Amino acid sequence: MKSATCASAGSLRSRPNARSSVLLDSLRNLDGPPRAEPDATPVASFARGGGPLLGAKKVFKSYRKSKHIVPVLRGVDFAIREGEFVAIVGQSGSGKSTLLHLLGTLDAPDAGEIHFEGNRIDNLPSQARDVLRNRYFGMIFQFYHLLPELTTLENVLAPRMIGQGVFRYWLNRRQHFEEARQLLGLVGLSHRLTHKPRELSGGEMQRAAIARALVAHPQLLLADEPTGNLDRQTGQEIMSLLRALNRQQNLTIVMVTHDNAIAAQADRTVRLVEGLVEQVA
Amino acid sequence: MYKLLLSWRYLRTRYIALASIISVTLGVATLIVVNSVMEGFTQEMHKRLHGILSDLVFESHSLGGLPDPEWHEAEIRKTLGDQVVGMTSTVQVPAMLSFQVRGQWITRQVNLVGIDEGTYAQVGDFSQYLLHPDNQARLSFLLRDKGYDARLGEAGWDFRRNRVTYERAVQEQMRRIEATRQARQPAEAEPPGPPEDPLAGVPADPYSGAEAGGGDVFDEAKEQHTGVILGLMVASVRHRDPDNVVRDYFLCRPGDDVNLTFPTAPPEGTAPSAQSAKFTVVDLYESKMSEYDSTFAFVPLGELQRLRGMIDPQTRVASVTSIQIRLRPGSDLNAARDALMQRFPADQYAYRIQTWKDLQGPLLAAVQMETTILNILLFLIIAVAGFGILATFFMIVVEKTRDVGILKALGAPSSGVMSIFLSYGFSLGTVGSGVGMIGGLLFVIYINEIAAGLERVTGHEVFDPTVYYFQQIPTVIEPLTVALVVVGAIAIAVLASVLPALRAARLHPVDALRYE
Repeated sequence: MKSATCASAGSLRSRPNARSSVLLDSLRNLDGPPRAEPDATPVASFARGGGPLLGAKKVFKSYRKSKHIVPVLRGVDFAIREGEFVAIVGQSGSGKSTLLHLLGTLDAPDAGEIHFEGNRIDNLPSQARDVLRNRYFGMIFQFYHLLPELTTLENVLAPRMIGQGVFRYWLNRRQHFEEARQLLGLVGLSHRLTHKPRELSGGEMQRAAIARALVAHPQLLLADEPTGNLDRQTGQEIMSLLRALNRQQNLTIVMVTHDNAIAAQADRTVRLVEGLVEQVA
Repeated sequence: MYKLLLSWRYLRTRYIALASIISVTLGVATLIVVNSVMEGFTQEMHKRLHGILSDLVFESHSLGGLPDPEWHEAEIRKTLGDQVVGMTSTVQVPAMLSFQVRGQWITRQVNLVGIDEGTYAQVGDFSQYLLHPDNQARLSFLLRDKGYDARLGEAGWDFRRNRVTYERAVQEQMRRIEATRQARQPAEAEPPGPPEDPLAGVPADPYSGAEAGGGDVFDEAKEQHTGVILGLMVASVRHRDPDNVVRDYFLCRPGDDVNLTFPTAPPEGTAPSAQSAKFTVVDLYESKMSEYDSTFAFVPLGELQRLRGMIDPQTRVASVTSIQIRLRPGSDLNAARDALMQRFPADQYAYRIQTWKDLQGPLLAAVQMETTILNILLFLIIAVAGFGILATFFMIVVEKTRDVGILKALGAPSSGVMSIFLSYGFSLGTVGSGVGMIGGLLFVIYINEIAAGLERVTGHEVFDPTVYYFQQIPTVIEPLTVALVVVGAIAIAVLASVLPALRAARLHPVDALRYE
């Protein structure tokens, strides 16, 4: 965790954070006991003075296409506080999905830093980033990305299976099943537990994906065009669900969309234009 | 958990991958069958090759043999200690066997072995191959009355007496005809006189004549020459009759007399000459090893020594050409041979000391070589199957690119992704070689039924009994070999999935998620 400790000093660094130290402990001891299950309202347990939960500082990212280097992000600054629902909008190719991937540690920036709870996370070793994605971030995608070989219930349980060893998972399987069933009930899929993804409609698949993203009790939900592949009405249902999760469970949500009407339902909108942030009121 | 679940689901839903391991299945099954049959053949062959050979053979190069065998036996016993459980001296010379069948002389080239009745049975399994049950229990060079193996038909003293009676009757008839013809010739020149008594001028009953002659004249019907035991194939020819039944036709059988011609052991300075003697066949032996059955003839040691002039006139000590030694089962034959070679160094003694495996070395080495090459070839088949798995797995990894991206987005480490595909390869290999093992074992267990079925279907005999002695295909299942084959096949399946699994593990999550 050398990278985390020698992160550049700054306002994010100055506040010691209980959750981050838990995270770092768990990273040091990957096979050890999992972190304590958070309360029903995870964020409420340590209310703070509105500092950013997740932030990007001067992030650069470019892709190499054949011989040309295509800059995508050119110094993006972004921050989101706990409990916020932020939409990132922009045209195709403006870099909004890239920014989301960087925030979710699926990719690393060429320059700049990503901070989570005040600790730099973009340069963590891959093992630590895996744990971060597994236990602290939930992700949903435009194409749902459920595993086709698994049932709805198993898809929802996948993060649990990944995060725990075979033995521990097996010991607690009843509890896991119960929680997954409750989550699927929450998103309105109680009747689809044993269906394979190809037997579900688009809206149902997205609901299952949301349930999967929530099963690890994440602090943050990263949504990449969650309504992009759905009709208006189904998309609206998904948005209502996200809105409700944000309001009732105080879930922090970063959502990427190209649809202004969808973006308008978020607390705040960040517009990306040619790789730079254009703040919108 | 997800690794097991996913590899299990992939196994259940990707039947194309199962097709790719059929070659593993076939390879494993073939390897097991081939190894079991080759091992069966080898053991059977060892048994038969060893059959009438003793463990160690101590041979003299010279025709005259080694003098004073008792001293040699004592030395050998001293060198080998209590490993020796049996030892006997023999005289081995090349010889020509000749006998008459319906008036025609037939000759066979044989290895004439003079053996000691009392001790020869101790050093090998020779006696259990004899065709008379009493001889199997206790070897004797005296002709038995009857009771030989049923295949021989009439044999023994009964046969000998009948044969002699018949031959004498025929001779009698011939002589009478001849006498009549001679009597008639002058009658043709002159006017015929009164017919002569056809029996006139013929000596009285030859039987009574022999009896009257006492011990001087050899009576074939009542006496025998020195006994000889011939190999079954020396005395018979094997052929297939029109009813497709394979029969042995015996040219001579116990009770017949044969001639043996062999070189003498000359005193120094003179060349060996041929010596002939009459022997009576007293038994046949069948070791089912055609090389032995078609070349060996056994006579009593003392008689052969006497005939060859191997007995020193002054000291009465008889030389022998070889000493056969049987060791306790499980003894290290090569070590015993080397110990003897050290005691009798080749530059001082003109002796050759060999184990039975050395004697049959080229044949055993050929079988060993065959087994090795077959194993290499068949393992190459499994290796080819490995490449099939490799290609199939690459396809599956490409097909599953997005799933890999999803797993990584959900926090699965690269090692986890890799182990999904490794355990997939492992389970495929296990299924493939497990089915192959069961199939191969079943094939081995029912191999004779399968061969019989093939015979019926194709009308072609798998084991031609005029060529092979095997009535059944011998098989030996070696658990260690089976285990090695199965483990090797699984290892190949896992190795073949390493590259695709590495590729999957190295996929960049963003690229993988975008993959369409």
